[in-house]
Amino acid sequence: MATIVRAVKLSKQVLSGELPLIILHEINFEVAAGESLAIVGASGSGKSTLLGLLAGLDVPSSGSVWLAGADMFALDEDGRASVRGELAGFVFQSFQLLPALTALENVMLPLELRGAADARQRAELSLRQVGLSARAHHLPKHLSGGEQQRVALARAFVSQPKILFADEPTGNLDAATGAQIIDLMLELNRVQGTTLILVTHDELLSRRCGKQLRLEAGRVVEL
Amino acid sequence: METFRLSLNLLRRDWRAGEWRVLLLALVLAVGSLSTVGLFADRVRQALWQQATSLLGADMRITSTRALPPTYREMAEGRGLRAVESRTFPSMVAYREQVLLAEIQAVETGYPLRGQIEIDDGAGLLTGRGGEREAQSLIPSRGTVWADERLMRRLDLRVGEEVGLGTQRFVVAARIVKDIDQTLGFASFAPRVLMNEADLAATGLLQEGSRIAYRLMVAGEAEQVAALRAQWLPRLSGNERLENVTDARPEIRTALERAEHFLGLAALTAAILAGVAMALTARRYVARHLDGCAVMRCMGAQQGQVLRLFLYQFVLVGFLAVLAGSLLGYVTQAMLIESIASMREAGLPQPGMLPVLKAGVSGFALLIGFAFLPLLQLRRVSPLRVLRREMGLPAVSGWLIYGLAILVLAILFLWQAGSLKLGLTVLGGLLAGLLVFGVLAWLLLQGLARHVYLSGARHALNNLARHGRSAAVQVVALSLGGMALLLLTLVRGDLLQSWQGKLPADTPNRFVVNIQPDQRQAVLDFVEAQKLPPPRLLPMVKGRLLAINERAINGESYADPRAQGLVEREFNLSYADNMPQWNELVSGRWWASSDEVAGQLSVEEGIARTLGIRLGDELTYDVAGSRFSARVTSLRKVQWDSMQVNFFVIGTQRLLQDYPSSYLTSFYLPPDKVRAGDELVRVFPNLLVIDTGAAIAQVRNIIAQVTQTVGAVFLFTLLSGVVVLYAALLSTQDERVQQVAILRTLGADSAYLRRLHMGEFAVLGLLSGLFAAAGAALTGWVLARHVLEIPYQSNSLVWLTGVLGGMVLVMLAGWLNTRRLTEMSPMRILREE
Repeated sequence: MATIVRAVKLSKQVLSGELPLIILHEINFEVAAGESLAIVGASGSGKSTLLGLLAGLDVPSSGSVWLAGADMFALDEDGRASVRGELAGFVFQSFQLLPALTALENVMLPLELRGAADARQRAELSLRQVGLSARAHHLPKHLSGGEQQRVALARAFVSQPKILFADEPTGNLDAATGAQIIDLMLELNRVQGTTLILVTHDELLSRRCGKQLRLEAGRVVEL
Repeated sequence: METFRLSLNLLRRDWRAGEWRVLLLALVLAVGSLSTVGLFADRVRQALWQQATSLLGADMRITSTRALPPTYREMAEGRGLRAVESRTFPSMVAYREQVLLAEIQAVETGYPLRGQIEIDDGAGLLTGRGGEREAQSLIPSRGTVWADERLMRRLDLRVGEEVGLGTQRFVVAARIVKDIDQTLGFASFAPRVLMNEADLAATGLLQEGSRIAYRLMVAGEAEQVAALRAQWLPRLSGNERLENVTDARPEIRTALERAEHFLGLAALTAAILAGVAMALTARRYVARHLDGCAVMRCMGAQQGQVLRLFLYQFVLVGFLAVLAGSLLGYVTQAMLIESIASMREAGLPQPGMLPVLKAGVSGFALLIGFAFLPLLQLRRVSPLRVLRREMGLPAVSGWLIYGLAILVLAILFLWQAGSLKLGLTVLGGLLAGLLVFGVLAWLLLQGLARHVYLSGARHALNNLARHGRSAAVQVVALSLGGMALLLLTLVRGDLLQSWQGKLPADTPNRFVVNIQPDQRQAVLDFVEAQKLPPPRLLPMVKGRLLAINERAINGESYADPRAQGLVEREFNLSYADNMPQWNELVSGRWWASSDEVAGQLSVEEGIARTLGIRLGDELTYDVAGSRFSARVTSLRKVQWDSMQVNFFVIGTQRLLQDYPSSYLTSFYLPPDKVRAGDELVRVFPNLLVIDTGAAIAQVRNIIAQVTQTVGAVFLFTLLSGVVVLYAALLSTQDERVQQVAILRTLGADSAYLRRLHMGEFAVLGLLSGLFAAAGAALTGWVLARHVLEIPYQSNSLVWLTGVLGGMVLVMLAGWLNTRRLTEMSPMRILREE
């Protein structure tokens, strides 16, 4: 299968006071289309930094990331945004729903940003897939955590992304709700043939992914 | 187009969530206040102008000692202006065995073009327009004349009796109660008689060599009058004099200028307050939209698209606000006009669209100046924020943000204040004040937290000190709001009262000119016999300015017609040991008596500017055929609207005392003693007694109208002040919500939270109140000293009200705002707020 995500000698260091602090050190790996990869490790091991770099949300100190053949850091900020818009969907630990928008409007947003004419119909369909049709016109603050994360999933999958980046998607949820969300996410992933890149603490969850990448102090210790 | 549609959708959604309310309100108030003031000032200006022009009887006029060529009138009528002519000449009026020299004015139908003549025909008051009964004619009908009070009093004449004018006899059809069209510059001293132009030829009064003042008066659209003035000016010959309101009495001009400045400043205060409210709201808006922007950037939105999304919303909201604000402004000014009787009756023309347009543009400028740059930051939100919530706003140079706001304010100030100096002074003062208050607030908060050990206040003080910068901004914003309230309630009243006090009831209303040296004692005795306070006699020497620094000057040396007029006639010079009251030294120094060996001169700054005289220049005068030269050692500012005797040029006593001089004086003649003025002229026929009562009434009228107007205009300032207070409290609301949730989780009970909040609000209120009082007192002082030019009296109530009121108001508003939070569960707070 074709490689869809490739990281080459990816490093990130920041200045902590006067001293350089290495967060990621020469990370190399590839993910094929349709695969799922769990990035695991202790707090502060660099998981979220790696996810941010893979999605082109941040820039590395050195090295490169290729998404579907596009060299992300050869592009400018807007170029990377463009690639994300075409390829990627996101699910976050803190849901990141826009508070002034209803559930439906939140799901419509990525399509609207692209100027899709059928945004509403597709968003309604996506909400139905996550079982939230009845809550379509509620504001996020009136939804439970699990419901908010389901809206976030609907929003992530509505544009049928090739890659889904998920940052601790169950981190803010209780175990039972978290399990439901994982089931739903993996199911959507399977149906749409999406590549999944997931950051998690949860060993159980990581084992449900095809591959695991373990980080310790910014280095890959297991792949 | 897609972005625009999405932008509309987002606007609709944010609108529903109430995100725009405060910003919209602030902008509506800013545009509302600017357009109210603009429209209202436009109409007040028209009203004041109308009153001022009523003294001329026209918008502009040419007076000449020779018959005026018909081209002048043709030019005026060609511009659609109304024009009438009159001839004025001195003549004896005969009644029984008496004759009295009077000023006869023959007028044609249409006269006066501006203002109203009030007459009493024996059956009651009549006015030219409206009044108790409609006047049958605006001018005396043929065969009749109207005579003024002075003539009737001096001749003991009654309405209905006949007087002789030249070879004809005329019935006195009415007594002139309120006259207009008086000669400017206090030269009108003879009694006046108004007659019909058509009767003039028959009287035989106009002979070869008669002293006649030919006058052409015009009135109409201001722009046309201005254009006509430009057209007339170069054509004027030496004996033709052009007058309009701006050439008119300096005391009225000064009062008008003060009024306009005062109103303009009131409007700008409201605009600044609204700007501050907008800045606070925009900051909050941006902070609340950071996450949304980061999510959109994650979803592939480009920087330009994000910017456009928000920009369209701002422009739309701006547009709505400008529309609503303009409408509000229009309605408010209409209501104001209705509520002020003298303005309602003046039948003012509708205001133009220009003030509304100007207010709209200013509103957008405020939006750009105060809200645009924070908005620009949204464009640069890092998408990484979705993973790292702690990432704040991308750094935009603070200088850039404040610089743009200051630039916009500066432009607005210059535009609205219409005076570079005034605009820069106020703006500079404001910025310096804000900076000083901000730094002081920060220092005080840090100091209080470190050195106050009150157990109850400790946490509150620490909390404020930790948020030092935002707390300081909050204090400054609250102070601004409070300052507006204090200015409105306390300082305004004091200021206007003092301004009115500048013309006390016993302001001199009679000027007596031409008192000869040997008549001095007799005049003083006469005044004393009338039981009036003894007046000061001031010496007056007539001299013609020949040269400045030995360079000869004459009318041709100047392009300015006013300067030409000034050098072509004799100056009234005076001498004094001390600088007269109502005069203020602008540069140089006033002489001590020991300085008198060398002659020195002190010149009024306005005339110095007109004639190009500078400090240190040597002026050469010709007085009755002999010359003297002396240096200008000081320039003075004269308060013409004090209605006191004032001189353009004053010299040292030794310099002028040996030249032929006469004396002049002024005193207040109460209404029940008006006959004393006539008596004075009868006893000393060479004296000129000038009645300045009308001009005093005019200035008083202007002050009274401005007082009423300012009250209304400040209402907007008040509202804007309240919005700023609200926005300032709201600006830290999100932070407070987070904090309450965390503290509640950590086990803080409601009593602790209440104590914490009330402590914080009390300190914020106290500091803001203190600064607000300082700001109001300072502003009051500046307004008193430099705009109204009255002595400033500090009012301790301002400080007391500021400090106590500030604490109570901020604590109350804060309590209302946070009351709910202290009673909710932390989970609900985080979810719902």
